[in-house]
Amino acid sequence: MRILLVEDDKDVARFVMKGLKESGHIVDHADQGRDGLFLAASEQYDVIVLDRMLPGGMDGLRLLETLRATGAKVPVLFLSALAQVDERVKGLKAGGDDYLTKPFAFTELLARVEALGRRGRSEGPVTRLSVADLEMDLLARSVKRDGKAIDLQPREFRLLEFLIRHAGQVVTRTMLLEAVWDYHFDPQTNVIDVHVSRLRQKLDRGFSFPLIHTVRNAGYMLRAEP
Amino acid sequence: MTPPLTLPPPDEAERPLLRLVRSTGFKLAALHAVLLVLSAITLGGFFWWSTAGYLNRQTDQTVRTDVLLLSARWREDDQTAIARAIAQRLAEDADDEAIYLLTDPAGTVLAGNLDRWPGAANAEGQWYELPLVRAGAATVGRIYVLDLPDGARLLVGRDVKQRLSLRELVADAVLYGTGLAVVLAALGGVLVRRLLQSRLAPVAETATAIGHGDLSHRVPLSGADDDFDRLAETLNAMLDRIGVLMEGVREVSNAIAHDLRTPLARLRGRLEESLGSGDPASLRVAVERGIAELDGIIGVFHALLRIAEIEAGARRSAFAAFDLAAVLADAADLYGAAADERGLVFDVSLPQALPMVGDRDMLLQAVANLLDNAIKFTAPGGAVRLTAVRHGAEVAIAVADQGPGIPPEERGRVVERFYRAEASRGTPGSGLGLALVQAVAQLHGGMLQLEDAGPGLRATLVFPAPEPQVDAEPPLAAVV
Repeated sequence: MRILLVEDDKDVARFVMKGLKESGHIVDHADQGRDGLFLAASEQYDVIVLDRMLPGGMDGLRLLETLRATGAKVPVLFLSALAQVDERVKGLKAGGDDYLTKPFAFTELLARVEALGRRGRSEGPVTRLSVADLEMDLLARSVKRDGKAIDLQPREFRLLEFLIRHAGQVVTRTMLLEAVWDYHFDPQTNVIDVHVSRLRQKLDRGFSFPLIHTVRNAGYMLRAEP
Repeated sequence: MTPPLTLPPPDEAERPLLRLVRSTGFKLAALHAVLLVLSAITLGGFFWWSTAGYLNRQTDQTVRTDVLLLSARWREDDQTAIARAIAQRLAEDADDEAIYLLTDPAGTVLAGNLDRWPGAANAEGQWYELPLVRAGAATVGRIYVLDLPDGARLLVGRDVKQRLSLRELVADAVLYGTGLAVVLAALGGVLVRRLLQSRLAPVAETATAIGHGDLSHRVPLSGADDDFDRLAETLNAMLDRIGVLMEGVREVSNAIAHDLRTPLARLRGRLEESLGSGDPASLRVAVERGIAELDGIIGVFHALLRIAEIEAGARRSAFAAFDLAAVLADAADLYGAAADERGLVFDVSLPQALPMVGDRDMLLQAVANLLDNAIKFTAPGGAVRLTAVRHGAEVAIAVADQGPGIPPEERGRVVERFYRAEASRGTPGSGLGLALVQAVAQLHGGMLQLEDAGPGLRATLVFPAPEPQVDAEPPLAAVV
């Protein structure tokens, strides 16, 4: 993917760029708001990672509002030290698609960036999702693996839907909490692990290969190959 | 009187008159004076119109009737008859106000009590108000002139000197009254200004002291229970709130100093130690543990800031109406699996709907913290119970566990930041969970009660219920 990073802190920028490039992405970097806006408006990007507090007279919110006013629909991830709930709401209202607060783990940033980039490519509403021998019917709300029906609770269905939509990508626990439960805080115990392990039992037990994989220090991934 | 504390700009200080004119007290008094003068003029005018004016109108009427009668007498008789009638009227005039004069065409006086025809009154059929000499005395008369057909002229009128002096009296009263009102207003202005200043000076004094950093000052109450006292009470309540917030900030910095330094020191020591080892494998382990430790510190940092944010009351802007029962069912769904996994019985009893006004995310986090604790401290085989009910004007959310509980003497302290009860020392946790629950409860005007569930702990969040749309209590339904 082509990614634009607008971030004034040199160390954070270097570390994020290195990580994204190692993951196979092309990254452009701007260290102040006006340059960032210029790049965002003149080039085609799959995702923009945007700091909120920027030098040069244009902060991240203004940059995004200006960009959105031109009709640009590119997904934007805010990366900000402003962690209060109200700030998060402000960021999303200004047209942001996701909000990650500093300090952050790179795996979390990468997972979110890749999820956003994927979302930008999806076309129209889908009624069926499938990965390998797993099929999900969004209208009938039924799930089949290898032709066998799997009975899921409503929440397990939503959890699986999110995993399938991001198949092949790392999905972090925080992303699951936000997307499936609409929680915006970290529970002390790993409640998500329990839900995923239950889903895994229903989905993978008795089949030739597992679909849900644990990615160490990051989260989970649904993929066909072992 | 204490002098005003805030110094006015130097050019004003040198011109006390300007300062007086600019003061609120003076402006109030000036307004008062204008109203007073206006009402004096209105009152005087009305008084004049209803007394002297009335008498004038009555005089005119009488004179008109008289003229009519006398001219009729002339028609039926002659000048002597009119002269006789005039003489008779003058003789009968008890009030000594009547004025008559009849002259022949040559101007000779035939009858009446004027010495000569007044020069100014020469047009026929007109009203005049003239100075006259009547019975040898100077006076003012209101007269009507009528030319008789044979060239004789008749003048009928009334002495209005007394009436004029009445008018002067009223005008004088209005004039002096106005003057008096202005003087009174000026005095009032000075007085009101002094009064206002004596009441405002303590407020200014307090504000200045607080501006200089002494937050212990409060505005003294006069005890009069008036508007100023109420203003003072409002200001004091505000200052109390600011004091509490400042205290909170101080506590947080103390807590950070005390409880974040320890893990930071541990982290530093570990990294330093691994630097010396030189073995890549142990270096890697050390870095990984260092990152884990940092994540823990970041978590504590987040929680602290979140609590501070809640305590500052800033989140009240996010208050909205929502169904608490649905939110709790969500939390139960999220934690139910964890309870199952640990081999606990998770018993949930919620009403079908429980309207609430508040911050959904914060309440959810508070309940999540309570459930976290309950599941963490209850041994496998035990039970955790989540209930929510509305009792009249209160909504109560209770989480009961069968863990070790909290001894009564520790219950007050576990809601403090970083405090961890004896029984919990061995388990993971930051000691901030209940502090956050407490802060959320207070944000919603409620409280956190900790009781013995025999065995275990029952944590109950009690909130004032929102104004009921429907008073009927929804029936309880078990949801698991």
